[in-house]
Amino acid sequence: MKFTLPRGLFALSLAALALSARADELQVAVAANFAPAAQKIAAQFERDTGHVVKVSVGATGKFYAQIEAGAPFDVLLAADQATPARLVGEGKAVPATLHTYAIGRLVLWSADPALVDARGEVLKSDKWKHLSVADAKLAPYGQAAKETLAALKLADAVQARVVTGENIAQALQFAQTGNAELAFVALGQVQPPDGAKVPGSMWLVPDNLYAPIRQDAVVIAASKSAKAATEFVDYLASDKARTVIKAYGYSW
Amino acid sequence: MDADWAADLQAVALTLKLAGVVTLALLVLGTPLAWWLAHTRSRWKAPLSALVALPLVLPPTVLGFYLLMLMGPHGLVGQATQALGIGLLPFTFAGLVVASMLYSMPFVVQPIQTAFEAIGARPLEAAATLRAGPWERFVHVALPLARRGVLTAAVLGFAHTVGEFGVVLMIGGNIPGATRVISTQLYSHVEALEYPAAHRLAAMLLAFSFAVLLWVYRLRTRGSLLATGATTP
Repeated sequence: MKFTLPRGLFALSLAALALSARADELQVAVAANFAPAAQKIAAQFERDTGHVVKVSVGATGKFYAQIEAGAPFDVLLAADQATPARLVGEGKAVPATLHTYAIGRLVLWSADPALVDARGEVLKSDKWKHLSVADAKLAPYGQAAKETLAALKLADAVQARVVTGENIAQALQFAQTGNAELAFVALGQVQPPDGAKVPGSMWLVPDNLYAPIRQDAVVIAASKSAKAATEFVDYLASDKARTVIKAYGYSW
Repeated sequence: MDADWAADLQAVALTLKLAGVVTLALLVLGTPLAWWLAHTRSRWKAPLSALVALPLVLPPTVLGFYLLMLMGPHGLVGQATQALGIGLLPFTFAGLVVASMLYSMPFVVQPIQTAFEAIGARPLEAAATLRAGPWERFVHVALPLARRGVLTAAVLGFAHTVGEFGVVLMIGGNIPGATRVISTQLYSHVEALEYPAAHRLAAMLLAFSFAVLLWVYRLRTRGSLLATGATTP
């Protein structure tokens, strides 16, 4: 009789252990441009594995600072290669898990269906007042926008009309609310995943105008659910995940 | 002097200009509003007070988001400003002034209102028996008696505008010389991992805010001492 309570507790804790081993909760930090695709992939991953995925969306640079400061993220889906590589170099991320999960495309987008032409000539016109971009110091798509403007020799001409969003999601927000007529954003942000036509108008910027935006994923070394986190990072290269990644206009 | 520092100074100058313009505008608009709120028995008093106090509890991003929608080309305010030939307010200094006025409104209106209420009816009635009209009572009796409240309001409004961040981030677009203020510049430094530059600005902001608050509290203590002295015969 007197062993019942301890035994019961032991059985309970075993059950709890088994449960926690089966269903881990992952905190995944996702670069803003990939947020719509990541939500979809996370939902599929949850159905397939029983793990729970919590997605945090933000700027890659901010996530770097937070991970440095000990933020409890298990996985980082960055918008670049430099940030995950830097974390690996500092021993804060697991080298074996590092890989490119998506290669992004830059587009010039407008909410106005008639504004952007198929060759981006609109940039040279005065049919617009504001061009919104992400901060080139903080966001790879901002850097790509800067390189594109430089390659087109338009950087000086448009400089006074450029407004800067803290991340690529804010750059799109400025254009969606109509406050900026034009925006350099990621194709993945404006491409409806069902393959429907992109709303508004856009120019798919030729990829020789900017350095390729290779986006790397990595498992954070301090993760308490390293196994499930590695499963998630591997899952990004699965056929199921790649169907989603492709639907949002990324390659790999 | 490096380029970073020059950009920081530009942000500091712009912030001081913004806070100055906003404080002056709020004193001009907020004083009559505070006077009305202090004396009215209208059923609109409670809704209007709540509206003025909203920025105290709303996250600045909410205010910023609504302003971005309202002042944009599809918003009511945006269509009005375009019709008036002013153009759109987001990404402009004028836009920041309007947004900051809304955001700092309670910090200016409430101290003045409290000061007006503290005067009570008697000095004004006494002035009325001496044939002072409503305007004279306001200018020569109420305002001098409420001057500490007005001063507190000005200082708090100024300081609060200097510290403003979320609204500016949402509608500013981070344009040097037009909408890039201390707080957004500081944020960019932190985000870009430029910690020494961030420290420099953050320390300035911290010292400034502390000095302002210290001044306000000193003023209050001295004020209450004076008030006690005045009531002793």
